[in-house]
Amino acid sequence: MTINLTISPDFSPAKIPSWHIFNTWLQRSTGESIHLILFDSFAQQRQAIAEDKIDLIYANPYDAAMLVREKGFVALAHPGGLTDEAIVVVAANSPVQGVEDLLPGIRVASTADPDVNMMGMIMLEPADLCQNNVQSETCTSYTLVAKQLLSGNADVGILPARAFDGLSAMVKNSLRPLVRSEISVVRHMLLIGPKAMASLASLREAILGMDKDEKGAVILNDLGFAAWEASSQEDVEFMIDLVDTLVDQ
Amino acid sequence: MNDMDPSLVGANPAEHRLSYFNGTQRKVLVTDSEVPYPDGKLIVSRTDTLGIITQCNQAFIDMSGYAASEILGQPHCLLRHPDMPKAAYADLWATVSSGRKWHGYVKNLRKDGAYYWVHAVVVPNVRDGKIVGYTSVRRKPSRSKVSEALAMYAEMKVKEGV
Repeated sequence: MTINLTISPDFSPAKIPSWHIFNTWLQRSTGESIHLILFDSFAQQRQAIAEDKIDLIYANPYDAAMLVREKGFVALAHPGGLTDEAIVVVAANSPVQGVEDLLPGIRVASTADPDVNMMGMIMLEPADLCQNNVQSETCTSYTLVAKQLLSGNADVGILPARAFDGLSAMVKNSLRPLVRSEISVVRHMLLIGPKAMASLASLREAILGMDKDEKGAVILNDLGFAAWEASSQEDVEFMIDLVDTLVDQ
Repeated sequence: MNDMDPSLVGANPAEHRLSYFNGTQRKVLVTDSEVPYPDGKLIVSRTDTLGIITQCNQAFIDMSGYAASEILGQPHCLLRHPDMPKAAYADLWATVSSGRKWHGYVKNLRKDGAYYWVHAVVVPNVRDGKIVGYTSVRRKPSRSKVSEALAMYAEMKVKEGV
């Protein structure tokens, strides 16, 4: 069978070639037929998952509960040393000095990245802010979030910490972080679905040994981490429980 | 960003005796010093079905003032502050042991007698249809929610006859 692989739509566009190369490497290493499908939005990806069209997924932690508990996916691996963190930023010239200075009605710019938005909104809770009393604007890229702040069209921006760190020095100097999450336990994971379970052993062996392969190590470096680490089913179950504590009561 | 400074400015230590549901008691030191919740962090812990701590993160250790070796294997009520009404914990346990999520605002006691407020959410860990433990995640509360909780808990303590 052909294994349909997809990547959480919050990946950086600059990484698209690297994911295609990863797919080619994985096919050669395992002898499996793997087809990479990229979606423009989380809604499109969730629709494909609902229709059982996905067999292997580098999943956003927000979607892990649905994949594992409703669709029977199993944890395979996660990027070593890479966790998902969010940052709340304002324009450098903003009068706001801390989260508690923010008032209901503020304009919050973010992307559609569900776990980063969840973490960002939690960091606004000390100011009694929630989705119901802020004006949310969803931007199509992290750069546009920054632009909304710089043009005065948004009061606060929520970004993945890695995306903020990767902005140009000029843009970064025009922004000021208010608070950065230090959660350390929420991360993307590679999950495998029930239809591809016959390939679990070969996929796991190739992925966990990828950093020891000369070409594999180069691809991992391009993807932004050094090695895949094995994930147990309890690892993903724990993360699902943790994310459950963070979503609306 | 706050630095988890445990210094006790204006501390006024007093010894309290805490009674637990199982009839045991222990003496705790209590001061009127609050340690601010650090921005951006989550305090995470897991317990077994009896409330014994099996896992905690560094933020838990830093805020509680205990060493990891003093926490693991101990009951979660180690953090119970005498200002918290028993009914709040009874509601927590009744909720999570029936398989539902609980959330509330909690005043926690540190080893040094100071306290810190948290917005706590506790979920049961359900594996193969059975509750095998609980995960508790605490985050920074707003001062308005803390004020509401203070008033509500004071009223509950009066009703409990304390």
